[in-house]
Amino acid sequence: MNDQGRYQPFTYYQLMETSLRELLVEKGIVTHEQVDEEVAAMRARTPERGAKVVAKAWVDAEYKKRLLANATAACEELGLEIPGLRLVAVENTPQVHNAIVCTLCSCYPRVLLGIPPDWYKSRNYRSRMVREPRAVLAEFGLRIADTVQIRVHDSTADMRYLVLPMRPKGTEGWDETRLASIVTRDAMIGVALPTVA
Amino acid sequence: MQAQFETDYPALAPRFKVGDKVKVRATAPLGHIRTPFYIRGHVGEIERLCGSFPNPEELAQMRSGLPAIPLYRVRFKQKEVWPDYKGPGSDVVEIEIFQHWLEKA
Repeated sequence: MNDQGRYQPFTYYQLMETSLRELLVEKGIVTHEQVDEEVAAMRARTPERGAKVVAKAWVDAEYKKRLLANATAACEELGLEIPGLRLVAVENTPQVHNAIVCTLCSCYPRVLLGIPPDWYKSRNYRSRMVREPRAVLAEFGLRIADTVQIRVHDSTADMRYLVLPMRPKGTEGWDETRLASIVTRDAMIGVALPTVA
Repeated sequence: MQAQFETDYPALAPRFKVGDKVKVRATAPLGHIRTPFYIRGHVGEIERLCGSFPNPEELAQMRSGLPAIPLYRVRFKQKEVWPDYKGPGSDVVEIEIFQHWLEKA
């Protein structure tokens, strides 16, 4: 249904989703309430959760070590519920820039960062990010010097990835909440850098 | 070798260690394959052992996928993957690949 209330036929995938959901409910495998709760929970997860992890790593060197050694445990340490997520944090340095893609489908750390942006699932991003990452990053407005190595991580199997960006200059003395406010979703995918306004 | 994530499935023993040169098998079986086409036949280096996980090719057929198979992150030089790659020679792509897709290079 659209805003005008005019009838719109279901698209192929809407029809498939509705049919499958109704079958599962009819067979007593899930209830409508459970489906609604899961959708609500999915919408409630936002990139702010990941930003909290990044900000903590910026202010606490020991935490950063634990994050790079086992990012799943490091998230849980902050009380973030991330069921089943096997998270790998990859660190940007003056010599290395990391970026994440899933060429096979659209694997993304949803339980940490929420619903992925549409471009992340596009054929354009998925096919070109491994083939010409510098050109793709430039289209996002991010120009990486040739002296910096680009590491593209193709998320093909059981791991999910979080880019740990570098803390920008001009944030000296900021507390974690303020630091987290400049850590964007795109910075944690590796197609942007945190900036100080 | 220390795996990044411990799992408690019955698992095959890891055959490779960090730094080993490996070649991705250049084969094209049917089914649900998590090894991208573009990397098959290419040579890279083991970056880390992620842990051992049920074989996705078997899981997709509603089987158990056990014993679990060691899963590695393999680092490839972009210039080796794409001969006409335009960036600097240091650029890399890192991909998770299951052990049965890898052979010693």
